[in-house]
Amino acid sequence: MLLKNTYNEFIKIIAKPRSYIGLGVLTALILVILFAMKADGTSYISFVTASFEQTLSFNGNILNGNLIAFIILQMLIVHIPLLVALVTGDLISGEAAMGTIRMLATKPISRTNIVLSKFIAGAVYTLILTLWLAFLALAVVKWMFGSGDMIVLNSSGLVILQESDILWRYAYSFIVAYLALLTVSSLSICLSAFADNSIGPIVSTMGIIILFTIIGSLDVTVFDSVKKFLFTTHMASWRSFFEDPIAIKEIWQSIIILVVHNILLVTIAVVKFNKKDITS
Amino acid sequence: MNEPIIEVKNLSKKFGSFEAVKDVSFTVNKGDVFGFLGPNGAGKSTTIRCLLSLIAPNGGSIAIFGNQLGGQRSQIMSNIGSIIEKPDFYRYLSAEKNLEIFARISGRDSTKMEIQEMLEFVGLQGRGKDKVKGFSHGMKQRLGIAQTLLHKPDLIILDEPTTGLDPQGIIEVRNLILRLKTEQNKTVVLSSHQLSEIEIIANRMVIINKGKSVIEGSVEALVNEQELLLQIDLSDALQAIDVLVQEYPNLVVKHLYGSMIEVAVEKDMVPRINYFLVNKGFEISSLEPKRKLEDFFMKIIQE
Repeated sequence: MLLKNTYNEFIKIIAKPRSYIGLGVLTALILVILFAMKADGTSYISFVTASFEQTLSFNGNILNGNLIAFIILQMLIVHIPLLVALVTGDLISGEAAMGTIRMLATKPISRTNIVLSKFIAGAVYTLILTLWLAFLALAVVKWMFGSGDMIVLNSSGLVILQESDILWRYAYSFIVAYLALLTVSSLSICLSAFADNSIGPIVSTMGIIILFTIIGSLDVTVFDSVKKFLFTTHMASWRSFFEDPIAIKEIWQSIIILVVHNILLVTIAVVKFNKKDITS
Repeated sequence: MNEPIIEVKNLSKKFGSFEAVKDVSFTVNKGDVFGFLGPNGAGKSTTIRCLLSLIAPNGGSIAIFGNQLGGQRSQIMSNIGSIIEKPDFYRYLSAEKNLEIFARISGRDSTKMEIQEMLEFVGLQGRGKDKVKGFSHGMKQRLGIAQTLLHKPDLIILDEPTTGLDPQGIIEVRNLILRLKTEQNKTVVLSSHQLSEIEIIANRMVIINKGKSVIEGSVEALVNEQELLLQIDLSDALQAIDVLVQEYPNLVVKHLYGSMIEVAVEKDMVPRINYFLVNKGFEISSLEPKRKLEDFFMKIIQE
């Protein structure tokens, strides 16, 4: 029954126009970034490299596909959660708003399986969104800007990565980025189990992400103890794959925290939905 | 011997401090078209939602097909088809796709042929490919009935299935329910606040009021078809009452208003009363039996 309802969920997602908004917006955003880079990318890069030009000499194609893919990821990882929540935040509450939740809940499928099938469908949708981002950021960008060595500016300074040493880093960073987006998906599905309208869970998800991000960026000691447990702190851990040496321990810590968040959020959704009186 | 399909005992449900259902008990037997009657807010929908496990009761027990609802939910639900208030569908999908989706999780896979046959049964042939967002309320109601029947359940639960329908839609849905009984021998639980609907369709019923089941039995026995309330519109109402009481001392006659009187009589007395009044020179403009169920219902809920 779980698989059958998961299949149903895919049919619903495919048929809903809002499912394509995420893919469309993502494509548009990347095209805007690519246009900007094509038009004025050199001055953008000069702004970053200016402080090093007295000690370092940069030769070759710095503004290549590898660097632009990194810039795209960095810019969009903040906005993609909204595109994810737009679909996943509607999965349970949208059915309540439409009234179809009554029909679903009177069928011989357990409520646990209803939530799990929605979580699986949401996870697959998030995966498709991430793969689309990966395709645009790697294949299309590299086709347009070519490949080459990559310079990354992080907190410890400038990291230069060889062209042959980059693709595997992207592969892993997309896996971690997917896990972070999956946490957003689980959060919105969880909130969706509490609501009877579509807008509430979507807005609440974004509200929580903004709140946690602000807490994470505030440099005050009172928040130090909680910062490391906020999932938003670990949403950018994909960047760690572009450090040298790679901070494996921190990456694993982020993965564990994100996985725990996912399990916790789905469990809360299952418990809440099982106890919910369907009166809509 | 009657085979109980649904046994509800001392059901109760609270929403916060509000007690929506206090003490509801009734039994539905196999083959019944069971009327679930009560005024708005009596607790009908809450009880039905408890039967379908949409709402968890606070007390009492529900057994369906001999099994307690809590323990064998999936098995029980695979043999029930239901519409709660109004059937809601995925508006962005076609009627066929909606039926496919619900059939897939109803415990029995349905073929495309069965879906077409069901659409035909409810009079929606040729509309299967159309998106539900273009359907009228009546069409959605018929699609809802198709959805309840597609997995061939033995028990159909319909909560206010004619709410919001126009007169033609009401007749269509009513006829569909009657066909379920006569052609498919289904057990149907029908919740309604429309007395005429229950009177026409149901063979047994329970009346609930203020969250309690007040009376349960066969519609015929409860209504007692042999007794009628005749409402007569005639030329001189007050004189007619005197004449009638003089001739029939045991007759209960009431002056309603203006030229209208009401007489409680047995069915076979109606022609004699009519003949008597005409013979006495009264001009009768109309003579019609008032529905006894209405009186019975009003009496019950006012007690």
